[in-house]
Order: sequence, then C-alpha cells, then structure tokens
Amino acid sequence: MAPVGALLRAVRRYNTSMWTFIHKLGSPPWFFGFSGSLVRWLLPITVTLLLVGAIWGLLVAPPDFRQGNSYRIIYIHVPAAVVALAGYYVMAFAGAVSLIWRIRMADVTMRAAAPVGAILTAIALVTGAIWGKPTWGTWWVWDARITSMLILLFLYLGVVALFEAYENKTAAARACAVLSLVGTVNIPIIYKSVDWWYSLHQPASIKFTGESAIDASMLYPLLLMIVAFYCLFVLALLLNMRAELVWTHRESGWLKQLVGDT
Amino acid sequence: MHPIRKQRLVLVSLTVVLSSAAIGLVAFALRDNINLFYPPADVVAGKAPTDRSIRLGGMVVEGSIERSDTDLDTTFWVTDYEASVPVRYAGILPDLFAEGEGVVAEGMLDESGMLVATQVLAKHDENYMPPEVAAALEGKTAPQEKPLLP
Repeated sequence: MAPVGALLRAVRRYNTSMWTFIHKLGSPPWFFGFSGSLVRWLLPITVTLLLVGAIWGLLVAPPDFRQGNSYRIIYIHVPAAVVALAGYYVMAFAGAVSLIWRIRMADVTMRAAAPVGAILTAIALVTGAIWGKPTWGTWWVWDARITSMLILLFLYLGVVALFEAYENKTAAARACAVLSLVGTVNIPIIYKSVDWWYSLHQPASIKFTGESAIDASMLYPLLLMIVAFYCLFVLALLLNMRAELVWTHRESGWLKQLVGDT
Repeated sequence: MHPIRKQRLVLVSLTVVLSSAAIGLVAFALRDNINLFYPPADVVAGKAPTDRSIRLGGMVVEGSIERSDTDLDTTFWVTDYEASVPVRYAGILPDLFAEGEGVVAEGMLDESGMLVATQVLAKHDENYMPPEVAAALEGKTAPQEKPLLP
C-alpha cells in the first residue's frame, strides 16, 4: 500500500500547488510579474511560428488542383476563424468566473479578450470575402456560416461597447459576463452551420476523426499557423491585460515600485 | 464551495442552458429560412415558391452545359442525384464553375420549371490537394473506361 499512499500524497501536493497557482493568478502584482516573464518567452515563439508558417504555407506548400494559388489565403483565414471561436470561450469562461467568484482579474481577462476576438473575427470575415470573390463569384452571401460569424463579431463588439457604457466597472463586468455567456450558443452554431443547413461555405477540411479532406502537404503548414494564431491570441490577451492593470493600478505602490526599479 | 457561489454557479449554468435552448428552438423553427438554397428534389416536388426569386443548389450534371455561340447564354442541369432542374443564365460564370462541381443559382422559376438565373455562384467542396495528387487519383479511376488492349 505504500506506493498508493505516495501517489495520493503526490496528487494532493499537486492539487494544493495547482490551487495556490490559481489563487496567485487573481493577484494583480503577481500576475503582472508572471505575465511579464511569459510574454518574454511567447513573443519570439509567436513571431517564429508565424514566419515559418507563413513561408511554408505561401511559398513551399503546393498549389491546389482546382483553385491554384488563391487557396493560400486559407493560411490566414482558417487560423483567424478557429482562434476567434476558441477566444470566445476564453472570454465567456472569464465571465462565468467573474460572476461566480467575483475575481477582478477575471473581469480584466474578459475585457481584454473582447477586442482581440473582434479583430480575429474581422480578419476571418475580410479574408473570407477576398477569397469568396475569385472562387464563389461573390464577396458576400447571407448563408448560415457567414451570418453567424458576423453575429460573433457583433457579440465581441457588444462586449467592448457594453463595458465602456458603464461608469461603474463592477456593474459593467457583470453585464458583459451575462452577454458573453448568452452568446456562447453561437459558437457551436458557427461550427456546425455548414452541416446543419445548406450553405455556400463548404464543410470543414480538418477533421478531428478520420482523414482530413486536405492533403498532408497543405495541412501541416495550416496546423502550424493555427498554433501560431493561438500563441498570438494569448500574447495579445496578456499584453492587453497588462495595459489594463497598469492603468487601473497606476496609483498603487507595487506598480510605482516596479517602475522605479527599472 | 461556498453556498452563495454554488447558487451563482447554478444561475450561470441555467443562463447558458436556457438561452441556448431558446436560440436553438428559434433556429430549428426557422430552419427553412436559414437554408441558403433549395435542393433540386424540393424544387421538382413543388416545395419552392414560383412567384419570387429563389436559390437552387446542387451539382452541375456532367455533359449538361450548353453554351450559346453568339452570346453569353448558358444552360445546364443542376442535380442532387434525386432530381434535376434546368438553369438558364446569361452572364459571366465564376472560374470554378464546371461540370460535376457544386453550384448555387439564384433566379425565378418559369412555367416550364426552368430556373432563369440572375446570379450563379460556384460552391466548392472541402477537398484540397496538389495537382499531382489529383492527377494520380484521376489516373486510378480513369483506366476502367479505357480498353486494356488497343
């Protein structure tokens, strides 16, 4: 029984350290220091991934048998759309934490995620329009995928606008959290829209189960770009949160001390 | 967990579940309007309105494209492998428009059941591959039609 006891102790210790870590994340000075060291690592990684992915996708990957070179916009379009959807869950989860536990850092996370998500959604919509013109023959069509993606943009912009509309930022965070949570229903709708309804947009090429409908030589740079965009999202989120912390804590001792030190 | 937080967690979960259910029901009720186009089977069955512009979507039937020698008029058949509808269009077709490929045509149905299109869009599928791979795939299926010996 000794190994079982050791295992249980290890789990308990890990559990304790995990909760300590989560509690620390709620402290602005600690988060500021932690995110600072994270950004120093993440920035070069993101730039490298973006450069490698873009060069691989735009120059090395083969042209498509039907679309030729115009399909290469996929290397911006799909990563931006994927991370725009995933980023919404980050915002909504932060909103839920903010509502339930009333942690200020959760408000900051939610507030910081909204503009980043809005920009990614806008990139997905604009690149989609640019891609749609030569392939489909139109910039825009009101099909389920494109319309639900436009609603996502409005949800993100709605959170930004709603937060700014309140003088009392605690009330603002609460309203934004409710809006974010109600909006989560849109994410599976966007994802499944091409399967549930007849749409002009084609179904997903990358499949979680079974073989993808995109050739491996084109898939690998695409997956790399998706990882790069995830890194970019986290980076932008952290920088946004740090900017917000600097502004709200501009009178605090810990920040003055930090600025004085460097 | 603190009872107040537990209560809030329940409220948050209920908000998400109930609003999702509400929007889900609305989307289900409006499913006919959310569909971008009618499949040919619905048009042939008379489910599509004939008094206003509709969209028809499906695959262009192989060998059905007829181009006019004098102007831009093109006729072709659109199928969902259950039924087919003829389409007439006078305009520039998208680059990806081809036989055996997806298409969405917008226009009015005339008395004979032909769709007089005002816009034709290409609907491409989710397959991406290099030209060599496509040629290799073609090569695998093509020999069946050729005689083994000349």
